[in-house]
Amino acid sequence: MTEKTFEIINESGLHARPVTALVQAASRFASTIELEYNNKKVNLKSIMGVMSLAVAKGGIVRITAKGEDETEAIAAIESVMQNEGLGA
Amino acid sequence: MARIVEGIAASAGIAIARAFLLKSPDFHIERKTIGSAKREMVRLAAALEEAKQELESVKQRAQAKLGEDKAAIFAAHLLVLQDPEFIGPIQNKIREENINVEFAVREVANMYIGMFEQLDNEYMKERAADIRDVTQRLLAHLLGVKLADLQAISEEVIIVAEDVTPSDTAQMDTRYVKGFATDIGGRTSHSAIMARSLEIPAVVGTKQVTEAVEPNMWIVVDGLDGNVIINPTDEELEAYRKKQAQYEAQRATWAKLVNEKTVTADGVRIELAANIGTPEDIESVLKNGAEGIGLYRTEFLYMGRTQLPSEEEQYNAYKTVLEKMDGKPVVIRTLDIGGDKELPYLNMPKELNPFLGFRAIRLCLEMQDMFRVQLRALLRASMFGNLKIMFPMIATLEEFRQAKQIVEEEKAKLIAEGISVAGRIEIGIMVEVPAIALLADVFAKEVDFFSIGTNDLIQYTMAADRMNEKVSYLYQPYHPALLRLIDMVIQAAHKEGKWAGMCGEMAGDPVAIPLLLGLGLDEFSMSASSILQARNMMKKLSREELEAHARKAMTMSTGEEAVRYVKQWLIP
Repeated sequence: MTEKTFEIINESGLHARPVTALVQAASRFASTIELEYNNKKVNLKSIMGVMSLAVAKGGIVRITAKGEDETEAIAAIESVMQNEGLGA
Repeated sequence: MARIVEGIAASAGIAIARAFLLKSPDFHIERKTIGSAKREMVRLAAALEEAKQELESVKQRAQAKLGEDKAAIFAAHLLVLQDPEFIGPIQNKIREENINVEFAVREVANMYIGMFEQLDNEYMKERAADIRDVTQRLLAHLLGVKLADLQAISEEVIIVAEDVTPSDTAQMDTRYVKGFATDIGGRTSHSAIMARSLEIPAVVGTKQVTEAVEPNMWIVVDGLDGNVIINPTDEELEAYRKKQAQYEAQRATWAKLVNEKTVTADGVRIELAANIGTPEDIESVLKNGAEGIGLYRTEFLYMGRTQLPSEEEQYNAYKTVLEKMDGKPVVIRTLDIGGDKELPYLNMPKELNPFLGFRAIRLCLEMQDMFRVQLRALLRASMFGNLKIMFPMIATLEEFRQAKQIVEEEKAKLIAEGISVAGRIEIGIMVEVPAIALLADVFAKEVDFFSIGTNDLIQYTMAADRMNEKVSYLYQPYHPALLRLIDMVIQAAHKEGKWAGMCGEMAGDPVAIPLLLGLGLDEFSMSASSILQARNMMKKLSREELEAHARKAMTMSTGEEAVRYVKQWLIP
């Protein structure tokens, strides 16, 4: 399993637009990818799952990937986080 | 015969055009037990595919016509159609319960809609509309029903809908959309905000406009008075065309005043400021030519989230506002929570009398860790503009002194840490508790300014809960008791060379403005959209002439007499 933790830094938190980019990125991989926030875990390939967490600015999210392409998946998600100015 | 439907005036102006009725078809979905789950699965897959293709084309057209930004919402909708946590449960339901695909889709969608609507976050709540939208599209394909095509609009129309959602507006060519009339919503719903930013009239929350209007009917949307006139007569049409022309002419006159200072006919300089809730409001503040911010309600930074905002987050918000206001005064009110505004994550006990209870400065002086974080953020931001700090709900001088002392302590700490803080920051108080007005002469020696919050001052003076309709008759802004309190505050401030403002609803009310001007108020803070109208009005008023009438209004025996006097003598 590969994992990485991010602090969400953009003003409006995980809103529709950045979530769309994250889910699109995650959906390209075969691995099981999950996002954990406030002790709740959701499928990162599910836009409704991620949106339902209403992650606010300053929120800490942990992303885990499990599967043959888990390393690439985490790298891709990290680059979305950076490109969208979402988290560090 | 014409029919008039009343609603909430959400965006000013008059629109006259044919109705484009945007009504979701009644799908009549019943639960059916099915013979073959496989057949339902195939239907689901086919409908998903068709809906996807349709959305792709909607997205491409929106991209071409309206730009990447507006089309983004459809990328999100497309992801819903392939969401494993949406499709999976639908498939499970069909298989396990042996039910028809339509019913399964609606059940799962409703579960998600309910979940989003319960979230304690306005933005996320509105996402329920997106799920409803996608579900509609999917169901339409399953049932072979055609949905209204907003992208096909190519002549001037008024959109008549249950509600206007973000995905609706993203499909519209706004050149042709002249107004909105909706069944649901209020002044802060997407439809209202969108209409104001497009500067088209809107009447929302009519409860019944989609029932009353038929496609292509001529209608008038009167966003000034909140009426929709259906099938207007020739005389009515003429009257509304006239009203429309008058409004446009008036708006053109007001627009010329954007960059002017507010000066009365007798040369008195007045400050017209705006009330804001978030840094995003600044755009409209600048567009309307405000001379400052008279009230920045910081509680929105604390609401709709699960934990306190960090110092950094607050600092950024305050800094943004101060920078954008470019040296104009910005009065930032420290956290005013409690009463009708709760923060779930503070786990405050329920109170029997929240408006008389543990709220605003009372709470901040108790929860000092939280208060100090806000003050540090404010003090750090003070370097970027003209900051004034205001405490809400002060009742005693001790409270003010203690709050001010905490500001001084945080200031000293920051300076010791090598962080710069502006040299002079005015510190003032809200006047909401009548005790402050009665002792205004004492307070005026220590505070830098007063700002009168009329809603609370009225409710505490008249001992009438403003949420309780049974006692709403006691909400009397022109009651002589209130006028005298306001007068005491202004007099006391001026005697000590301080200024007095007002940030309640009354400050932007055209009936109240001449009266308040006559009483000597220095600063009027109101919603940004009222500023130009107020400036236009003040230019024609003479403070000197109004003073005697304003004093006379205070001597009336009842609120009704005072209102009558004001309307007779003080309104130009």
